Amino acid sequence: MRRKKDLGWYALFTAPLIFVFATVVIIPFFIGIGYSFFDWDGMPLNPKIFVGIDNFVKLFSDTRFINTCVHTVVFTVIAVLLINVLGLTFALIVTSKLKTRNIGRTMLFMPYMIGGLILGYIWKFIFGEAFLAIGEATGLTDIFFSWLLDPVFALFALIIVATWQMAGYIMIIYITGIQGIPEDVIEAASVDGAGFWQILFRIKFPLIMPSFTICLFMTLSNCFKIFDVNLSLTGGGPNNATEMFAMNVYNEIFMMNNFGYGQAKAIVFFLVVAAITLVQVSITKKREVAM
Amino acid sequence: MSKVKGILLNGFFLICCCFYLFPIYIILTNSFKGRSQIYENILALPESLNFEYYVGAMKKMNFLSALKNSLIVTLVSILIIAILASMTAWMLARTKIAFSKIMFSIFVATMLIPFQTLMMPLMQEMGWIRDNLGIPMMNTLGGLIYMNVGFGASMAVFLFHGFVNSIPISLEEAATIDGCSKFGVFWRIVFPMLKPVTVTVIILDVIWIWNDYLLPSLVITSKGLRTIPLSTFSFFGQFTIQWNMAMAGLTLTIIPVIIFYLCAQKYIIKGVAAGAVK
Repeated sequence: MRRKKDLGWYALFTAPLIFVFATVVIIPFFIGIGYSFFDWDGMPLNPKIFVGIDNFVKLFSDTRFINTCVHTVVFTVIAVLLINVLGLTFALIVTSKLKTRNIGRTMLFMPYMIGGLILGYIWKFIFGEAFLAIGEATGLTDIFFSWLLDPVFALFALIIVATWQMAGYIMIIYITGIQGIPEDVIEAASVDGAGFWQILFRIKFPLIMPSFTICLFMTLSNCFKIFDVNLSLTGGGPNNATEMFAMNVYNEIFMMNNFGYGQAKAIVFFLVVAAITLVQVSITKKREVAM
Repeated sequence: MSKVKGILLNGFFLICCCFYLFPIYIILTNSFKGRSQIYENILALPESLNFEYYVGAMKKMNFLSALKNSLIVTLVSILIIAILASMTAWMLARTKIAFSKIMFSIFVATMLIPFQTLMMPLMQEMGWIRDNLGIPMMNTLGGLIYMNVGFGASMAVFLFHGFVNSIPISLEEAATIDGCSKFGVFWRIVFPMLKPVTVTVIILDVIWIWNDYLLPSLVITSKGLRTIPLSTFSFFGQFTIQWNMAMAGLTLTIIPVIIFYLCAQKYIIKGVAAGAVK
């Protein structure tokens, strides 16, 4: 038995947010699915032509898009590995008995606070002007040249900046995991004669498995969705060699005015991101049952 | 012996951390240098503290106006998100009807949608609302705040919902028996208990909204309404060659973030950890 008055309160408490949420997220999502079946240049007066699944078929013959996918995969795989190795190393150092651990943690996390756009500009100066100057001063022009002008090095520059930004963030999640290991387990192991590496590989790593899953997938989906750093550091250049998935979608819609085709890409983008996240959730759930 | 080793290890680690932050050192030092001095030695400390590039950058970036806009957008957005999301999450968690379950699932499911999937249709919809209903959603700070609230809703509801489920209901029941209305129960009893998760939501949303570029770039077109990321972007579009002024501009944009970070560091690290694990 629910009284009318209670339902009134229920509506009063939930309706405002649900209304905003519906107009900002739900409605555009469905309009977006609709747009992906049309051919339209974004001009209100020009006709929207229904083309069925043609937009999705076209993706397979779009070389720029396929190149973008390859770059995104290369970038994501290397960046995910680097971020996790670095983040875990930081976390292990910061949870040790070093006296400087707190100030270290503060410093290592700092880049995450600065937004991707501004980080990109900072590093643009380093990879461009600073590298040129260092190259001239030291004569090591094979390493210190303008990285952003070379397709391969520009991609590595992007990987370095993404790593720099996210390693501190991932460190925080690993710290939570490491601090969750009971002190007596480690003590018991060292009493039994286990060395540093044995404790690390046989005890710490197996016990922070849940953190591994969280961190891997979090970096996976963050790297896959990278946009701000991409925009400010390389702008997709040179010659689209560093154009990532999100930027390709943006350019297709707002630069080339292919609203329908671009939206079809955006839907594919959503499906990939959703798939990554759902795999993560199912793995995490399984682990929880096992433990 | 081990004492010396300890000092060495601590020192080595600290040097590594400083090296990690060397990009910040580079932009900070070069923001005081003249053009020739930058190219002479890019790594050196500046010869004198010369603030002329800061003055120039402030003018060209319209820094104070951007700072004001960023502050308004961030503060109002997080305030509305925290209030509305906590109210909604509490009702959804405490009222066991089918609608609550479905609505909560929808909130969670939409966390999967990347912004790029929604941006174009959202702009079409908001343009339509402006043209047909006369509500100024585009190119106003209000419109931007409205959209931030919409995008921030899912995660905030998710975090609040989890927390509400972990606190016992008996206190609320006692208050209801004593004649407290739902409104009173929430504001007097529940909301104060939600404080830890409210801090988490606020921290995560501040980092996101303050640094957000793409949504504001689509909504805001007037110069006077630009937030910090937007004015940084347009600044770099025009003055890429004047690197010393650009460095000064970047330093200016980082200062508020660093101040916020150093003041609220404890909460930020806790909040980020709590937000990530869920």
